[in-house]
Amino acid sequence: MANHTATTADAPHFWETEPHHHEAGSSTMLGFWLYLMSDCLIFAMLFAGWGVYGQSAAGGPTAPELFDLKLVALNTAMLLFSSITYGFAMIAAQEDNKRATLGWLAVTGLFGAAFLGIEMYEFAHLIHEGAGPQRSAFLSSFFALVGTHGLHVFFGMIWLTVLMVQVAKKGLIAANTRRLACLSLFWHFLDVVWIGVFTFVYLLGSMQ
Amino acid sequence: MSDAVYQMIFGRLTLDALPLHEPIVVATFGVVALGGLALLGLITKYKLWGYLWSEWFTTVDHKKIGIMYMILGTVMLLRGFADAIMMRLQQAMAFNGSEGYLDAHHYDQIFTAHGVIMIFFVAMPFVTGLMNYVVPLQIGARDVSFPFLNNFSFWMTAAGAGLVMASLFVGEFAKTGWLAMAPLSGLDYSPDVGVDYYIWALQIAGVGTLLSGVNLIATIVKMRAPGMSLMKMPVFTWSALVTNVLIVAAFPVLTAVLAFLSLDRYVGTNFFTNTLGGNPMMYVNMIWIWGHPEVYILILPAFGVFSEVVSTFSGKRLFGYTSMIYALIVICILAYLVWLHHFFTMGSGASVNSFFGITTMIISIPTGAKIFNWLFTMYKGRIRYELPMMWAIAFMLTFTVGGMTGVLLAVPPADFVLHNSLFLVAHFHNVIIGGVLFGMFAGINYWWPKAFGFKLDRKWGLVSFWAWVVGFWTAFTPLYVLGLMGVTRRLRTFDDPSLQIWFVIAGIGAAIVAVGIAAFLIQIAVSILNRDKLRDETGDPWGGRTLEWATTSPPPHYNFAFTPVVHDLDAWHDMKSRGGKVPAEGYMDIHMPRYTGAGVILAGLSLVSGFGLVWHIWWMAGGALLGVVGYAIWHSFDYDRDYYVTADEVAETERAGRVMAGA
Repeated sequence: MANHTATTADAPHFWETEPHHHEAGSSTMLGFWLYLMSDCLIFAMLFAGWGVYGQSAAGGPTAPELFDLKLVALNTAMLLFSSITYGFAMIAAQEDNKRATLGWLAVTGLFGAAFLGIEMYEFAHLIHEGAGPQRSAFLSSFFALVGTHGLHVFFGMIWLTVLMVQVAKKGLIAANTRRLACLSLFWHFLDVVWIGVFTFVYLLGSMQ
Repeated sequence: MSDAVYQMIFGRLTLDALPLHEPIVVATFGVVALGGLALLGLITKYKLWGYLWSEWFTTVDHKKIGIMYMILGTVMLLRGFADAIMMRLQQAMAFNGSEGYLDAHHYDQIFTAHGVIMIFFVAMPFVTGLMNYVVPLQIGARDVSFPFLNNFSFWMTAAGAGLVMASLFVGEFAKTGWLAMAPLSGLDYSPDVGVDYYIWALQIAGVGTLLSGVNLIATIVKMRAPGMSLMKMPVFTWSALVTNVLIVAAFPVLTAVLAFLSLDRYVGTNFFTNTLGGNPMMYVNMIWIWGHPEVYILILPAFGVFSEVVSTFSGKRLFGYTSMIYALIVICILAYLVWLHHFFTMGSGASVNSFFGITTMIISIPTGAKIFNWLFTMYKGRIRYELPMMWAIAFMLTFTVGGMTGVLLAVPPADFVLHNSLFLVAHFHNVIIGGVLFGMFAGINYWWPKAFGFKLDRKWGLVSFWAWVVGFWTAFTPLYVLGLMGVTRRLRTFDDPSLQIWFVIAGIGAAIVAVGIAAFLIQIAVSILNRDKLRDETGDPWGGRTLEWATTSPPPHYNFAFTPVVHDLDAWHDMKSRGGKVPAEGYMDIHMPRYTGAGVILAGLSLVSGFGLVWHIWWMAGGALLGVVGYAIWHSFDYDRDYYVTADEVAETERAGRVMAGA
């Protein structure tokens, strides 16, 4: 490391005496990214759990017997569509179009609700068949991983609803577009995690 | 009232949960209750509630939050140490057929609580508190990136501590050891509330730790003063950055493993059970994937403190700054590649054990580089033996021994002999007390004058120092000896009378440490009483080198009236040596965050929810959780979270502040 550069040695300027504008919330996106990465590690552990327990059916039903890939494909489509529509909401927000933003957010919410509905149906069906999380370590890890993802989607929906109210009330002000961007990261992150769930749990699980 | 209705209201909480038949616990409760009532009475008498609420509890000022963390750590240190003394006494007594004075039920809770409290509620608050206080000042920032989140993080940590303390008087704590290994911690072997207290205390505190980690990383990355490139950052800030990266990358693993354990306990899943496909070894792996980085989370900030202290009190720039930074980063990465050395005996096979044995030994290389860098910094320096420097030297001597016994344990064949023995216990106390705790004492003595505007009393500081150092060695050398003889940890009674003398010596050591703790408290009290004599008017009592010494002591709530511009490592030293004056006029408006009570309320509700979950009081757990979500939503509708300190107010604060050095 060089000690001082020539310019500063000549005229040392040690204190900022001119006002400078500090962008409000300039750390928010970084902070939210960091949080998401920590969340990603929770999912990493859940996937690790699936990797260890995925075949420990303990004499009970196994993955190929239980998984209904058609239903899961439909569910996957719901979540992927919701990500696209969230993207449209962000484009509308960038164009400062409040009505379109709210509209696309509502569509996103509906797709999210459809996803959760199908997932709950799947869970209820499994439990009804005696394949609940208590049956075996395989099912414990399945419900933990998929359920944690579903819980995230559920909280994402609450957040989405609250944010719609806030956008409706306050408009697309800087604070709200920042929140929209954070939720966008969150929502797409859940999509990425779901791709992992779909691949490693459902597809590879069905091929056991 | 029928049983069903009773259960709906109180879950499994009954009057039997109050340990009225346990004289020791009742006496402890009496002391705590009387002390607590006296404290509350005094606060009420002097009408301090409003002051505490509006100036401290709701504060978003990183300095006050840092101080609150330090107070939390100190209070919990007393609790954790009380547990330690009880264990030492029990082990010194329980020979020749004597059962000692603690039954197994209590003894097991005490060693569990001791470990949990010392790591999570003493070491972590101390480390987080120091980072909170110092980092924004060192980088020339006005606060952290997310000031409200900072307040919330503190209160979540405090809520976790509160839940552990509640377990002392309502029900019981875990009897599993500090990591609650499965299947012992599962429902089959621990049906009581102890493990549930453990789980929810750590989950609640863990949220605080994680968010504080995110906050400090964002602060260090985004809020540095102009000119402060990463390689011009003070070493303590570097160590804080690396530590918080470790926190964000490690604590989610703890969250996940405790979530699995709680699913096993609450839902009846089979992650860590012996049956239906469960695998307790998975617990051991997962908990140590968090647990090993955790020990570096504790020690790295201490390394940062020593780097600042050694450089300041040797009057020299730190030797090998760049290698110090790379050593930190290498330790950070290696921290994730050694976890298996905690269970060589589990049977992973020779190849796996060799890999982890070697990675473990490799860690001693960057650590050794740091020790040599400190020594070379001292070499030909003008060393001043102020209290922080004495702690630093004691650390170097003590920690090196602890590190070497660690390398011994890293050899798998040796570990097969020493695993789970008192040798291991001596080793980790050697590095945690000799490293982390000595580092915290160095840091407290070093930055106290910055925080309060007066130095700490030297005489009582010396008493505390010598009592701690001598007490530590007296208490733990016998444990090394006993461990080598094959004595395992966590034993309550002993058959072989020839061992007793070593436990008696260890007990004497613990008593000397007690003197050290008392002297530390007296040191603080005496210093507050004599604060006018110990007053530092300069803001820079030690001849410091980094930016925290460039403002008044204590700093104004906005830290710096003007943002410093950094040209060199050791920015304040550079400024002083080149005659950089702090401007005395031309103040500008300063943008600052508002105080808020939301953190206290959210953490309070989390505490209630945790208590409900422990006792299966579902309405309470669910209601409080709904409260958390609802209140967080309500809080998100508050867009008016900041304000401007006007230039006139800044001018007035600066005039009232003491004259700055160099100004």
